[in-house]
Amino acid sequence: MNSPRTLYQKHIDSHTVCPLDDQGHVLLYIDRQVANEYTSPQAFSGLREAGRNVWRPSATLAVVDHVNPTAPVRIATMPDAGGALQVSYFEENCRDFGIELFDVLDKRQGIEHVVAPEQGFILPGMVVAAGDSHTTTYGALGAFGFGIGTSEIEHLLASQTLVYKRLKTMRVTVEGLLGTGVTSKDIIMALIEKIGASGATGYAIEFAGPAITDLSVEARMTICNMAVEAGARGAFMAPDHKVFAYLQVKPRAPQGEVWKQAVEKWKELYSDEGAVFDREVALNVNDLEPMVTWGTSPDQAAPVGSHVPDPAAQPDLILRQSMQRALNYMGLEPGMPLSDVVISHAFIGSCTNARIEDLRDVARVVRGKRVAAHVRAMIVPGSTLVRNQAEDEGLAQIFLDAGFEWRQSGCSMCLAMNDDVLAPGDRCASSTNRNFEGRQGAGARTHLMSPAMVAAAAITGHLTDVRSFALEA
Amino acid sequence: MQPFDTVSGAAAPFLASNIDTDVIMPKQFLKGIDRKGLDRGLFFDLRFLDSGEPNPEFILNQTAWIDAAFLVVGPNFGCGSSREHAVWGLKQVGIRALIGTSFAGIFYDNCQRNGVLAIQLSQAQLKRVAAVISNPVTARISVNLPEQTIELADGTLIPFEIDELRKQSLLLGLDAIGTTLQRAEQIRSFETRHLSENPWLS
Repeated sequence: MNSPRTLYQKHIDSHTVCPLDDQGHVLLYIDRQVANEYTSPQAFSGLREAGRNVWRPSATLAVVDHVNPTAPVRIATMPDAGGALQVSYFEENCRDFGIELFDVLDKRQGIEHVVAPEQGFILPGMVVAAGDSHTTTYGALGAFGFGIGTSEIEHLLASQTLVYKRLKTMRVTVEGLLGTGVTSKDIIMALIEKIGASGATGYAIEFAGPAITDLSVEARMTICNMAVEAGARGAFMAPDHKVFAYLQVKPRAPQGEVWKQAVEKWKELYSDEGAVFDREVALNVNDLEPMVTWGTSPDQAAPVGSHVPDPAAQPDLILRQSMQRALNYMGLEPGMPLSDVVISHAFIGSCTNARIEDLRDVARVVRGKRVAAHVRAMIVPGSTLVRNQAEDEGLAQIFLDAGFEWRQSGCSMCLAMNDDVLAPGDRCASSTNRNFEGRQGAGARTHLMSPAMVAAAAITGHLTDVRSFALEA
Repeated sequence: MQPFDTVSGAAAPFLASNIDTDVIMPKQFLKGIDRKGLDRGLFFDLRFLDSGEPNPEFILNQTAWIDAAFLVVGPNFGCGSSREHAVWGLKQVGIRALIGTSFAGIFYDNCQRNGVLAIQLSQAQLKRVAAVISNPVTARISVNLPEQTIELADGTLIPFEIDELRKQSLLLGLDAIGTTLQRAEQIRSFETRHLSENPWLS
């Protein structure tokens, strides 16, 4: 009998072209790739310079998302020369190498990690790589996704493979029932706070347990998406009937007999009984509160009802110094209640939290209310399809009535590569994934939280426990 | 790719934890379609004052380390975004190797693919290296990849581990794509079988 294997091992075994040494390196076959305009140009240039072709053009889907503006009226012209150059070179590369492209005017355009699942481009059992760290998102569909740099994109385009070293495996078992107003974002933020920003470096994480299976597929994507903020090079969840139902209606899902055949195979995608993980972590969410970050690393987070921590209480010198540096940057004093932190901006967007369910969460909080007078509040839907659906469901009108800007899709102020940039000293409640120094603009301050929590902060003007709002069903 | 054999030079201490790639290479330098001009962007907000002048507080602006060939870094260096621009920028200011206790996964691979050696030491070893190189008089070290040692100015030899596959690739400055494409037939036959067994993948 074969020894029990983890879901991760099953994916790597089934995609190994050949082992390359006895230290865990393999030549790994990659089923699909998603490309964007800002990490791919030098990869295509490399192919051109070496006279190489793209191995399998149909394996790649190209989406413009990082540099495009999100102003409410869509235009094809990029306002800045750099972005314009990247988009035009991207178009040229896709045309010359036969790769399908969703440009900014395409109805299917959006953030790559929202678009690819939405199109049914990512399926269980696949190994997917992309030039973006949040490729881990696809673990929620039972696929293995991971981010790569530009040199690896070139390698992948040229050979459909990567030289890959097997990771260690970590299982995070999540038990308990989430309370009202507490979301999957709070689960992953609590995990990152618990194990640290490098707690999963060198690992692939598998999320398991009843609190995970209770979640919708979109909510699961939020968890896998942010696993990289704990250092994980991949995240997994065993695909179940919710995943199959999610995929069956997607445009590129297999049809008919092939669908049935695929589902039969996908049902084998789980970690075998007795499979051994290199590390096990347990989390109970019964008492989990909505989380917010107070610092400049995603692990510097705390329940919204608590206080800004005191570096003096941290015994480890390096951690103490990084806390002190973070508080200086964030302009916060130890001991201050987090709910006293006044914001200037609220941002709903990103591949972490800008899907339709996220927008429904926001609408439940803000319906019939007004954004605080001193707050600029923006909603940037994860894709143009999400935007259209939100308009059809009447959510967009709720946002507009409450005083939110209702914008076009893109990565936007998650990393501020386009013109959505904060000014020094601005303080933003953000549904995104990174609170790094300067991430949303030089000198700008980011507090990460769930979309519902951003909505609550937008209304009150300060960090606020969303559970103090009477939530409509 | 420039081969890495034995390299000597100043090693600059930059020991904060979780230095992310947004800090290493801010967004305004990501708008190119080539690798040019990233030397200016490296650690931009730390290296330069608002006036555009070099920030005298920043380690790479101080006399002993202005031509540093090495950075001695804190844990989880290079976390966050996959942007390879961070490594291109390090190379462009002359950094040949990074010495730390842990590196983020994507960043580590990006270093490898650009011939930048990322050396992982134990905490005790790193502490020893940091203590010696933080003194401007003893900041110079020599990194010998064939022997897998770091020689400090006081003569101490610090051994380090590296996978043989990575080591050979760095020593020879190999073109990884060319090497992989020597297996094109093997890839093609794997692919044919894989796609026929899983028809929904094609």
